[in-house]
Amino acid sequence: MFLDKSRQLRQNCSGQYTMSKVNSAANEKERKHIVKETETILKRFTRKKQYLIPILQGVQGKLGYLPRESMLKIADYLGIAAIDVYSVVTFYNQFRLNPPGKHSIRVCLGTACHMKGGYITLDAWKRRLKIDSGETTPDREFDLDIVACVGCCTMAPVTVVDEKPEGQVEPTRVDGLLLGFGYEEGKKEKEKSESK
Amino acid sequence: MSTRNIQVTLKIDGKEIKTRAGEKLLWAALENGIYIPNLCAIKDKPEPNASCRLCWVEIEGEKKPVTSCTVEVRDGMVVNTKGKKALDLSRAGFELLMASHALDCAHCSANGDCELQKIAKALKCSLKPKNLRPLRRELPIDDSNSLFTLDPNKCVVCGRCIWECRKHGDKAVLGFAHRGFKRVVTTFGDEPIGKDRCLNCRECVEVCPTGALAFKEKAKLKS
Repeated sequence: MFLDKSRQLRQNCSGQYTMSKVNSAANEKERKHIVKETETILKRFTRKKQYLIPILQGVQGKLGYLPRESMLKIADYLGIAAIDVYSVVTFYNQFRLNPPGKHSIRVCLGTACHMKGGYITLDAWKRRLKIDSGETTPDREFDLDIVACVGCCTMAPVTVVDEKPEGQVEPTRVDGLLLGFGYEEGKKEKEKSESK
Repeated sequence: MSTRNIQVTLKIDGKEIKTRAGEKLLWAALENGIYIPNLCAIKDKPEPNASCRLCWVEIEGEKKPVTSCTVEVRDGMVVNTKGKKALDLSRAGFELLMASHALDCAHCSANGDCELQKIAKALKCSLKPKNLRPLRRELPIDDSNSLFTLDPNKCVVCGRCIWECRKHGDKAVLGFAHRGFKRVVTTFGDEPIGKDRCLNCRECVEVCPTGALAFKEKAKLKS
């Protein structure tokens, strides 16, 4: 995971400005929405830096993640450096820098699932979706993350797909689940037109 | 505070020292020419970080060694900076730091002026860890700033640069991000420091104990 990030950074450092881990709004409409929601949350708090975490929680509660625009606005509002906001956001596990996907994939890595090869399942998801855990696919269809235990260890290895725990998720089952969403390489367009 | 003006007398390594009451042991020693290895200590900072685990000393009458940056001087204190227990702890701390340090002194601009080299000498141990296998972070070097480079692989995460940068208030650029082993000195969104709003005050480079923050010109002269 870290290597991937460093690869991204390397691209950044070699002059060309590419986006790193922090996500921005995809378009103007979304940007306006983010700014509006962030401002609504900020109005509930006075400009004291002890409110940083409650504000971040509020914004994430509304938007599902913390976009670049929100973090910069919050830093500006509280009169603190942007890096201080980033510091807190990257420290706590509860804060997300990636927008939630339409479908959430939570791979269990609890003790039982670990013994049953949960990490192999995770690798399968990563390979299929071409993202790392904690990330969202560029089309915002899926977001991938890990959980510590979901309480159904007899079904190990477990993956929670959109709140529904799926048991015995071997790599082939991963393909099957993705097929259930009509997600196959080259078939993404089809899925989109169906959902409309 | 009135205690600031009261003088206390203590003994460090057999040398009698007079200092202000309320002073931390580490600074009392350093000001009197007794070197205790340290990285994260910052003189103007009211509360010590106590995170580098290098400044262990033994105090007579106390069972366990203590970090000298957190202990206030007391009248009649007898301190030994060369005790075996203390040195062992310092060496262990140093070894942990060096296990993830990109060791390449010959090509490092800090060579000869590096605090890690100074500490290794003081602790009489090698820069290369003996008991731990190396665990490098292999992070990219940020050379986007025209004045200096930021090489997180050489960083010991002492926080001195951040302390300096923070003096710019809400215009500060440097800070810690991520957690645990992944903790790095970085900018907002891990973006290049040249692209960001760095004020080029050079203070961070001046205080860096290693070659993590290094002036580009100096590196050129060395090579």
